Amino acid sequence: MLEKAFYGSKLYWTWLLLLLGLAGIGFGTYLIQFNQGLKITGMSRDVTWGFYIAQFTYLVGVAASAVMLVLPYYLHNYKAFGKITILGEFLAVAAVTMCLLFITVDLGQPRRILNVVLHPTPNSILFWDMVVLNGYLGLNAVIGWTILGAERKGVAPPQWIKPLIYLSIPWAVSIHTVTAFLYAGLPGRHFWLTAIMAARFLASAFCAGPALLVLLMFILRRFSNFWPGSEPIRSLAKIITYAMLLNIFFLLLEVFTAFYSNIPGHMDTFKYLYVGLDGHGKLVPWMWSSAFMALTSIILLVNPGTRNNESILPWTLVMLIASTWIDKGLALVAGGFIPSPLEHVTEYWPTAPELMISLGVYAIGSLVLTVLYKVAMAVKQEVGVEVPH
Amino acid sequence: MSIDRRQFLKLAGLSAAAAVGGPVAANILMRSQLQAADETPAPGALTARRWGMVVDMSKFTSEADIQRCVAACDKAHNVPHIPTKQDIKWIWEEKFGNAFPDHEQVYLAESLESRLFPVLCNHCDNPPCVRVCPTQATYKRPDGIVMMDFHRCIGCRFCMAACPYGSRSFNFGDPRPYVAQTNPEYPTRTKGVVEKCTFCVERLAKGLRPACVEASNGALIFGDLADPNSEVRQLLKERYSIQRKTALGTHPSVYYLI
Amino acid sequence: MYDAGKVLTGIVIFAVLVTFPFFLSAGKAGPKPDPKLDTPAIQALGAEKQCVESKAFMKANHMQLLNDWRDNAVREGHRQYVGLGGKKYDISLQNTCMKCHSNKTKFCDECHNYMAVKPYCWDCHVAPKEKKA
Repeated sequence: MLEKAFYGSKLYWTWLLLLLGLAGIGFGTYLIQFNQGLKITGMSRDVTWGFYIAQFTYLVGVAASAVMLVLPYYLHNYKAFGKITILGEFLAVAAVTMCLLFITVDLGQPRRILNVVLHPTPNSILFWDMVVLNGYLGLNAVIGWTILGAERKGVAPPQWIKPLIYLSIPWAVSIHTVTAFLYAGLPGRHFWLTAIMAARFLASAFCAGPALLVLLMFILRRFSNFWPGSEPIRSLAKIITYAMLLNIFFLLLEVFTAFYSNIPGHMDTFKYLYVGLDGHGKLVPWMWSSAFMALTSIILLVNPGTRNNESILPWTLVMLIASTWIDKGLALVAGGFIPSPLEHVTEYWPTAPELMISLGVYAIGSLVLTVLYKVAMAVKQEVGVEVPH
Repeated sequence: MSIDRRQFLKLAGLSAAAAVGGPVAANILMRSQLQAADETPAPGALTARRWGMVVDMSKFTSEADIQRCVAACDKAHNVPHIPTKQDIKWIWEEKFGNAFPDHEQVYLAESLESRLFPVLCNHCDNPPCVRVCPTQATYKRPDGIVMMDFHRCIGCRFCMAACPYGSRSFNFGDPRPYVAQTNPEYPTRTKGVVEKCTFCVERLAKGLRPACVEASNGALIFGDLADPNSEVRQLLKERYSIQRKTALGTHPSVYYLI
Repeated sequence: MYDAGKVLTGIVIFAVLVTFPFFLSAGKAGPKPDPKLDTPAIQALGAEKQCVESKAFMKANHMQLLNDWRDNAVREGHRQYVGLGGKKYDISLQNTCMKCHSNKTKFCDECHNYMAVKPYCWDCHVAPKEKKA
């Protein structure tokens, strides 16, 4: 089936070459980081996790969102999602691959990465993150590939795939819960020390991930003949709407707790993000843009006229993704470190090498996604009619 | 014999996995041939059930008093001086509001407002950094010291996120160019590992007190918190002491007599 | 064979690529490593020059010994080693091994360079200062 990825238009190959080029530049930049250390990033003694970990956190959410297709289809027989579960599963594979790459490029001593396996430490959440991420990658790769293979042959998939599919549903929830636990159990970081962290993570994952999926389907319609029809798109848009409403509601709950209690430890980071703290406020314009885009996308999503309008919906979703990305991919990680445990404010901004390496990782993920989607599209074209699975 | 491509690939994959994995597994399982009993604790080492430190602020009368301790630690352990926000410090000074944000109040005693306090790793009895380390590169010794194994650290910096006191530093780059004078009896560290105060375990093994304690002229008192007759316990019984961020339940081993 | 020309050409190119390191350095073998033991500290040991363990043991096992020392000293806090003949040593690369073998470039590096082995101990552990020969 993989050979299907080797047949494509000039545009397809140009895209792959572009991604390879970006990946190469990213890798070259990474070699510089490998040699010189993480000093070429914008991180500091006070802000010790930055862009890499933020991207990992965002992408775990995107990966978890495959469950939004799998759950309705396999548990509740929602037939409309039948054609697109494979897209969710393959997106999960690409996203988890990027997560693992982002974690690897963030390590100070990547040569020693196997120490996590050689010296298993069950009390460490990072150990469990490694377990669930790799497990989820394996699950989705096997499930997606097997189902697609069965579809190609025109037969029902083997029986042993069913328990794996059912397992992937709670597993999807677990990967993002465990990632949230990385943050939510640390006693010194008041911005993160909140029970709602895991719930917020899941809510933002279940709006951002499916939003990305819908956008990808619009892109697929443009470049191949694949279009699942309006029904799955509209259903997903409804799911995205409710998830985004929950996501913003949870954020506002946090704001209430911080500012009604007026406890400095709870308020300080929100102040830094939205109005600046001690004269520092690099993220302020970003946060208000995120808020504006969140509000706008909610209005456009709640209104069925604009939600179901296939010309407006892509732009709504772009805004939603940008808004959630700023919240999770910029604000969350830096915010936890500002102010520092010693009440100092040291700002963070990614450096050019850091962004270049990140772009390289995104390129590799896009490469994986492109190849997998190409295979899926080619199989669907070959088969023509949907096989029950 | 006829074999189809799928069977061939499966066979090749399994063979490759066995060829690589077999020796690796054997290596791990049949570790060392050396006898475990050959390595023992050194004689003449200082031992305790729970090492702790009391900082007698009445004896820190000027910034120079603190700097003397800082310099002793930096010199003994090749701690680099990096003039950027990616700096490394094992023991340093902070103002009251930064070291004790829980005790900060309006109308603070003048003696506290302007003073500088030495801060270092608290070697907590319930250390969050140890809880989160995925490789046990940081771990709690039986004598209470929260130790660092620089050989095992993968530089994930989870411990730095977990520490509520900001006691840990990361080697963003190679520290050696920033080490003023290398002490040939102690290693430096390399890029990519986290470091912090280790209560001078290598000096304790030789029967010596930590470098900062020695340089403090009695302002830092080091002893066994589990021994009710130790000097540190006597001091804590007789004088009022505070600790940093006690509400977090970390049970620090460093006390401040203010 | 289908495409016999292409396949055979491919095999020949592959064979050349795989063997080129060998015939490129044919006849250029480096000299046998000659680790020198003539440091002042070793000479001062007099007639009974003895390492922590026997020469044969160290040749084969010094890597394993150092690994064990590392874990025992750092993680277990066991800093004394009972070596050959019951002699007691302080477990320390810098302060025990390198006190006698203070000529790293003429001792350790001799075999390591020959075998193209690059132990990264020296990224952290401070090598003894040597006079430039």
